[in-house]
Amino acid sequence: MTDLDAQSATSKELVLKLRGISKHFGAVSALTDIDLDVHAGEVVALVGDNGAGKSTLVKILAGVHQPSSGTIRFRDKPVTLTDPATALDLGIATVFQDLALCENLDVVANIFLGRELKPFQLDEVAMEVRAWTLLNELAARIPSLRDVVASLSGGQRQTVAIARSLLLEPKVIMLDEPTAALGVAQTAEVLNLIERVRDRGLGVIMISHNMEDVRAVADRIVVLRLGRNNGIFYPDTSNEVLISAITGASNNAVSRRAGRLLAERELSQEGQA
Amino acid sequence: MTDPIEKTATTALDRRDVRVKHDAGIGGALRAFIERVRSGDLGSLPVIVGLVIIWTVFTSLNPIFLSSNNLVNLLFDCSTVGVISLGVVCVLMLGQIDLSVGSMSGFASAMVGVLWVNEGWPVGLAVIAAVVIGGLVGALYSLLFNRLGMPSFVSTLAGLLAILGMQLYLLGASGSINLPYGAPLVDFGQLLIMPAVLSFVLALLPGAALLINGLSSIRRRCAANLSASSKGGLMLRAGLTTLLLEAVVAYLNVGRGVPYMFGLFVGLAVALNYALRRTQWGRSMHAVGGNHEAARRAGINVRAIYSSAFILCSMFAALGGVLSAARLASASQQAGTGDVNLNAIAAAVIGGTSLFGGRGSAYSAVLGIIVIQSIASGLTLLNLSSSLRFMITGAVLAIAVIVDSLARQSRVSHGRA
Repeated sequence: MTDLDAQSATSKELVLKLRGISKHFGAVSALTDIDLDVHAGEVVALVGDNGAGKSTLVKILAGVHQPSSGTIRFRDKPVTLTDPATALDLGIATVFQDLALCENLDVVANIFLGRELKPFQLDEVAMEVRAWTLLNELAARIPSLRDVVASLSGGQRQTVAIARSLLLEPKVIMLDEPTAALGVAQTAEVLNLIERVRDRGLGVIMISHNMEDVRAVADRIVVLRLGRNNGIFYPDTSNEVLISAITGASNNAVSRRAGRLLAERELSQEGQA
Repeated sequence: MTDPIEKTATTALDRRDVRVKHDAGIGGALRAFIERVRSGDLGSLPVIVGLVIIWTVFTSLNPIFLSSNNLVNLLFDCSTVGVISLGVVCVLMLGQIDLSVGSMSGFASAMVGVLWVNEGWPVGLAVIAAVVIGGLVGALYSLLFNRLGMPSFVSTLAGLLAILGMQLYLLGASGSINLPYGAPLVDFGQLLIMPAVLSFVLALLPGAALLINGLSSIRRRCAANLSASSKGGLMLRAGLTTLLLEAVVAYLNVGRGVPYMFGLFVGLAVALNYALRRTQWGRSMHAVGGNHEAARRAGINVRAIYSSAFILCSMFAALGGVLSAARLASASQQAGTGDVNLNAIAAAVIGGTSLFGGRGSAYSAVLGIIVIQSIASGLTLLNLSSSLRFMITGAVLAIAVIVDSLARQSRVSHGRA
């Protein structure tokens, strides 16, 4: 056991290193001077309010958007992610918030999209077997892989998208709101999956609004606010501290609501007494 | 208390979920087919029903319609516009359109006329030159689409006029060039018929291919612990296909027989169908047509896919133009004008390729063009003017698009989009 710990401590290679990443959309600065490190075997949670730039950052790492400035180093080599294919080839897999599935294709075709086996004579049988293996690892509940994705529920689609990201055995996997559409059991499965992926030595970047999920699996919590770094926290940080980092002040909507509820409760207790 | 969806080692990988109905055997295959049609996944059913109606009506009005020699003529006529329609399937698959296929075919026929007859090039070289020029035009469209974001509707509408101008310029003052009778190209377009034996053997191939592919797929799926379709159903389908094709060929051989040109058309359709269904390129075509942003994020080179479709479409249009020049033994100013453009696009749509992108097959061009040429041939036999022919073809196209649109809504509501 101690051997394993020591091993994992030494093998924590820095897989992804972002320095000074900025992204402008016209006059809007979506991201300003973002720094981010992801080590192998580490889950980094990316949290922030709506419009904090989380999804933009993920899209930059996925090669969907190109940064306006800044450097990305992947496994200690500078890289430019010009398009999604480059990112995928490097080993950066992404589960997008909108999942990016083709609804007119079946589950197998979606999982293997762009990576089909035998390009000139598709090996449907091998692809279907591999797809079942991946989905069974995720404890997926998908009735038939030969149905088009349009016929699946939100949770099933999410599972398909996650299965697709694992197909290429990536080094870093990014999950944008991975549990948003999932049921209780499947959320637990996804969190288990994130831990399994981490234990296999992959770096995981996870975006979530659910602090419970974040605390459950994250090794570090990186807070973004209005497109800037706003602190790095650890799972033992108190909720108040996290929320004030996310919203930018200790006096915020969440704390005011909590204070009001507390005051109301005290008032009603006084009334009863 | 066992979980009903629990894995059991004995059932096939894809049969472990008890919530899904699985139809087994021949009856099951039939039930699944009916269920699919009810949910709006019509496939080529409407066009086959339509064809039966059209043939019944025209035969009752004029029995010559179904005579084998009239059908042979029909197949000659189908081949020229049908080849153009194959290319249209490619662009429609991506939710794009090429309105200039008619002009492109006319320009290609003019090129063959000028290069071969006037300039004395070898005929093969002239044909290749025409098809290559077609490819260049397609490359230009894809450049306008990919780099400048010009909608294909507009760029090809501009192309329609520009290419027609080039055709008129090439043909010059005379306005038409006659291709020499007796030349192999003209014979191919007008006379050459397969020997009866060859046509019977070729008609065996689809059934045989169905059987061999089906059996090997069943074997491989069983080996991989996946469920497989029943052998009985497969043999029934292969048997019926063979029987039907042999009957058709036998009937055609009562008359002149099966034209080589139609063989070429069907061969191209089979090749395109294979490419669309069984290769990575075809899978990417479906994906880009369905959701191009998702396809891009999956690492597909979306621009290359668009380019391949535009280039293929213009090349097929050019080849179709060469074939129609051979069929008419002339390259004239009228070639590729009038209803050629719309017939080619209508054929693909009538056959079941969706205008909304992401759905379609090469065989839809074959079925669609047979419908359109049947109407044309039937109305000609009835001595009706082209005014009526246009109106009726237009109505059939409208019906096809309505069926496509309704089926699409039904698929969405049944979760089969």
